[in-house]
Amino acid sequence: MDLKDLYREVILDHNKSPRLFGRLDPADSSADGHNPLCGDRLHITVRLDGDRVSDLRFEGKGCAISVASASLMCEAVKGKKRDDISHLFHEVHEVLTKHDAPVPEDLGKLAALTGVRDFPVRVKCASLCWHTLNAALERSASTVKTE
Amino acid sequence: MSANPKTVVYDAERVWRDFPILAREVHGKPLVFLDSAASSQRPRQVIEAVDAYETLHHANVHRGVHQLSQEATAMFEHARERVRGFVNAASIREVIFTRGTTESINLVAQSYARPRLKPGDEILLTALEHHANIVPWQLVAEQTGASIKVAPMDRRGVVSIDDFAAALTPRTRIVACAHVSNALGTVLPVREITRLAHARGAVVLVDGAQAVPHQRVDLAKLDCDFYAFSAHKMYGPTGIGVLVGREALLESMPPWQGGGDMILTVSFEKSTFNELPFKFEAGTPNISGAVGLAAAIDYIDSLGIDNIHAHEQHLLAAATEKLSRVPGLTIIGTAPDKAAVISFTLDGIHPHDLGTILDSEGVAVRTGHHCAMPVMEFFGVPATARASFACYSRESDIDSLVRALARAREVFG
Repeated sequence: MDLKDLYREVILDHNKSPRLFGRLDPADSSADGHNPLCGDRLHITVRLDGDRVSDLRFEGKGCAISVASASLMCEAVKGKKRDDISHLFHEVHEVLTKHDAPVPEDLGKLAALTGVRDFPVRVKCASLCWHTLNAALERSASTVKTE
Repeated sequence: MSANPKTVVYDAERVWRDFPILAREVHGKPLVFLDSAASSQRPRQVIEAVDAYETLHHANVHRGVHQLSQEATAMFEHARERVRGFVNAASIREVIFTRGTTESINLVAQSYARPRLKPGDEILLTALEHHANIVPWQLVAEQTGASIKVAPMDRRGVVSIDDFAAALTPRTRIVACAHVSNALGTVLPVREITRLAHARGAVVLVDGAQAVPHQRVDLAKLDCDFYAFSAHKMYGPTGIGVLVGREALLESMPPWQGGGDMILTVSFEKSTFNELPFKFEAGTPNISGAVGLAAAIDYIDSLGIDNIHAHEQHLLAAATEKLSRVPGLTIIGTAPDKAAVISFTLDGIHPHDLGTILDSEGVAVRTGHHCAMPVMEFFGVPATARASFACYSRESDIDSLVRALARAREVFG
């Protein structure tokens, strides 16, 4: 395991200056995510334009991996259709959990998260935002847990 | 060697060598184990005692006339006597083996409290309790209509005796408090707490999980009604713990679980329960665990609990001083009377990231809420990192921690 692979420049940068941080008001949907292991909490608000996430924000507190992952995710999915977001989530999930999964080219900046797969206890930190976004898109108001 | 006289008489290097696991490497770095408050490591003496039991003596206890059963029974009951002597309980009838502190507290909540509590009765806890000393009381409060009150703590993590006294009311039936806080290290004045509670007619349970391995515990002096602790925090095995209870109270309590060993006679109409302590030990117990616990007590006695205490207090002072000089580091929990537990945060680095970086340097600390979410809430942090010390901890471990913290700062820029 290599720390530099986990805490890449992109991750540290997004942790320090999270993009799309905040809350949309009004929003079309929202969801809360909570990782009880480390106390990470996320709140995601989305605006929908038909099948498309026209805008979204996240807020909350968490470790560098969870904050950077949420920031990168928000950038990556803004303006995308639900189906494309699902596809992206699937790809992110694969590279986070499968040690030798190839990194798809369309991952873009999200590829910075691949270092997480060498740190199994940190995978939940990176995936919490995706589960929370999923919940928001399913219009579920309930709290999502990674446990 | 340090010039401090305490470390000269106490040979921490020799103690360290008694614990085989401490010599291993983690991620190519020498292991620096600073998570003993979560679970301590075992010395060779405990590992060998358990091994000898498994290899030569195992059979079920209190059941057979054959030789092995007699040997196992003798070893199991010897362990009970060792525990009694170690905490100075009045009689072996008061020493009940459980799975651990959590089960001990649940036993008291369900067998002592549940039949007695009525709507309007109060259970008094303190603000620094571990979840294991909160949730069993919430369950019994829900079952009985009793309510839970909480004695507050101040910004140092101290529960003052005045605040405690103010929270006691004529409706307080049970007081449940930690002897030592696992998250903050605060040592509570349990003798004084017990005196005040008894004056109000309340019964006192003390969660001693973090106290027994680190300081002398004399139950005759503390005078509390129930005292719970676990073997695995005192250099013994997991899966075994102790409830010491006042005999008259234990006699008055119904069995908690039914099964073998806890009965004298059984017919399909009615069973006669066994005498203390067996009434509360249904089923085949953790025999090798008890043997390991007895060996752990022998080991602690060989070092001397007062020597261990002095050594750990020396480490606490040294670590507090060295960590205070780390830029951006805040120690959470600054009670004047503390065990060798240091919870801290580092500006700009989440404890979870800190845990990963320290681990990559071979340094094992606990990060998270330490099963004390109300404590985290009180201090306004989602989590802390926690370094905790034990008899085998060395001053060099503190230096390794400080170096690893500098590394974390490097990674985060």
